[in-house]
Amino acid sequence: MGSGSGELMTTPSLPCFDEMREPDGTVRPAYAGYRAWLDAQAPGLLKRKGLEAEAFFRRTGITFNVYGATDGEERLIPFDPVPRIITAGQWRKLSRGIEQRVRALNAFLHDLYHRQEIVRAGRLPERLLQGNLAWLPQMAGFTPPGGVYTHIVGIDLVRTGEDEFLVLEDNARTPSGVSYMLENRETMMAMFPELFTRVRVREVSDYPRRLARSLAACAPPAFTGDKPVVAVLTPGIYNSAYFEHAFLADQMGAELVEGSDLKVTGGRVAMRTTRGWQPVDVIYRRVDDDYLDPLTFNPDSALGVAGIMDVYRAGGITIANAPGTGIADDKAIYSFMPEIVEFYTGEPPILPNVPTWRCSEPDALAYVLDNLAELVVKEVHGSGGYGMLIGPTSSRKEIAAFAAKLRARPDNYIAQPTLSLSTVPIFTRAGLAPRHVDLRPFVLVSPNGIDITPGGLTRVALKKGSLVVNSSQGGGTKDSWVLDD
Amino acid sequence: MSLRLAIDHATTYQFAGPIRRGLQRLRLTPLSGHAQRVIAWDVAFDGATPEVAYTDEYGNQVALVALEPGASSVTIRAHGVVETRDEAGLAGRHSGYLPLWHYLRDTRLTTRGSGIAALVTGLADAAAQDPLATLHSLTGRVRTAVAYAPGHTNSATPAETALTAGRGVCQDQAHVFIAAARALNIPARYVSGYLLIDGREDQDAGHGWAEGYVEGLGWIGFDVANAVCPNDRYVRVAIGRDYHDAAPITGLISTLPPADETAAVQDRLTITLSVRVAADDSPAG
Repeated sequence: MGSGSGELMTTPSLPCFDEMREPDGTVRPAYAGYRAWLDAQAPGLLKRKGLEAEAFFRRTGITFNVYGATDGEERLIPFDPVPRIITAGQWRKLSRGIEQRVRALNAFLHDLYHRQEIVRAGRLPERLLQGNLAWLPQMAGFTPPGGVYTHIVGIDLVRTGEDEFLVLEDNARTPSGVSYMLENRETMMAMFPELFTRVRVREVSDYPRRLARSLAACAPPAFTGDKPVVAVLTPGIYNSAYFEHAFLADQMGAELVEGSDLKVTGGRVAMRTTRGWQPVDVIYRRVDDDYLDPLTFNPDSALGVAGIMDVYRAGGITIANAPGTGIADDKAIYSFMPEIVEFYTGEPPILPNVPTWRCSEPDALAYVLDNLAELVVKEVHGSGGYGMLIGPTSSRKEIAAFAAKLRARPDNYIAQPTLSLSTVPIFTRAGLAPRHVDLRPFVLVSPNGIDITPGGLTRVALKKGSLVVNSSQGGGTKDSWVLDD
Repeated sequence: MSLRLAIDHATTYQFAGPIRRGLQRLRLTPLSGHAQRVIAWDVAFDGATPEVAYTDEYGNQVALVALEPGASSVTIRAHGVVETRDEAGLAGRHSGYLPLWHYLRDTRLTTRGSGIAALVTGLADAAAQDPLATLHSLTGRVRTAVAYAPGHTNSATPAETALTAGRGVCQDQAHVFIAAARALNIPARYVSGYLLIDGREDQDAGHGWAEGYVEGLGWIGFDVANAVCPNDRYVRVAIGRDYHDAAPITGLISTLPPADETAAVQDRLTITLSVRVAADDSPAG
């Protein structure tokens, strides 16, 4: 799902932090209300509801597939009916850390496309930018409307203890999955309506409204009307996230458009409507940078709009997220996020990174080569788990082969330790059983501020002991609750 | 030394069938700068409508124009007067927000291969010690390796291809020079502009040359085709990493089939360009 690689690593021998229960079995405060409700239910409820949920999802799944032309483009992602619960106090602290990080990301992106003060100050090596194709020269010297680069950000978090959340990766380019956050909540409320009267959970259903408001606040200089026109640009029905594009456009009351519905006219980017060509003020594009404008990027692309970059630089449209934000998702850049946060906010980072060895540094490389069996090694530009080594589950032969690749191109890799990741129970045939989880909160940025939807998308490894939460590899999702005070 | 140059540059497209849609990105407006001052300048269109104008990442003045659907010919005319000074090739300090390393990156037209590697053989040490002298000697090497011979290359010919063929036009020589300079770790870029040529007021096309960056001196022009550093006969219009970045006109055009399929009309591009010394009292071309 999305650009997140979702490779959650843990060391099975270490005791994991269980988010529901203390080691002695006592239920933690976050889950007290839920547990009390569950204990009062008839036995077999979750089993029955689990089947209902599956039927519910198949029903909605079928409606999703109405738009899909062939099988397999939209698939069901397993949903687990036990919520993942975060207390109000934990969320407050998390929110501060997320807000700080997102503020730093935007300041960083502005700097990378202007004076590069962070490079001049010697805090970020220039070589991370040189030759990095995610850094787009076309953005140099240009400030997007409102100074916002990442209108929508997903920060992937993992947890190792009561107050220990770490950032696994930043998704500043195109974070996806928000439709699952919304669908999961809707499903839970449909299945257990009385539960939500017993436990006070903060809303997520207003996310599309917040998104529409946040995007509208980023209107370009050329906007003159009363209400900015927002459109969602999708690559089309064959894209794996097409459902999400259609869903968000529908929920926001925005037009869903493809490249062929748009053209440059009257100095603006306009969309075809029944009343002729209407200018678009803000475009929420789910088309990658390289396909956005055949006049500027890949000339063979039919998914974008010829000349949109010219209109953009002339102040005629807002593109969300801004082109060139993908540089912030680079894993070598990620390893510098603690320095980046400190450089732009003047504060130490509230949320730590997962410790990361940069193999480009000789000492780090030596350590990584000596400890490959315990480490996770990733390609710096990679995503989706390609080209990586998971030391603890690899054979000696695989490790030796990987070591050779690592020696040949050390600057192409970073390494991270296996962490003792938190677990949350899922519902299984044998009852509740702990499984590893991560969390992707969704963050909206506009000149009016940073807006974090309470909760996010919890991905869960459904197989016992498994560390992989990717939906393509046996991962599922859960409703994520932030408790009200 | 200074000159006032009057320039009149018209590009006409004629199409066999009417235009369906088209967008053209124009870099046809010179800016006042280190060695030139724009006295008057205008870009006019026939068969096209201006959409937006902006300054691009290189500092070039860019206009995007839409071709008028149904038209069968389009003319874009840039004309005006520019006062130039002889700065012995110096083009000023590095400015703007593109870092110097951007000018070390390969582009499709300047990708380095074995030909470029052979061309710069033995120059690496000299390039590190005295980049200016190296760039001058590179001019000679490129002239020897790529003879000036029109008609064998086009605007999409990569440096390596022109080098292998051993012939090309000013654009090819500039691309080879740029690729070679980058191979020596010297930032280099392409300049598109105009050149006053004695006895050739009317020309077939604009001119193109290269610039290399030398610490302490800034950007320095090298016109391989004429074996000189640009002087007061040169007008800079746009810069980029290669011709494509700086080209006077790039774009996309699609046309409909001609109404009369039997007519043997073909799409045609005509360029008329005159570069001359302006009369003293001439305000604009």
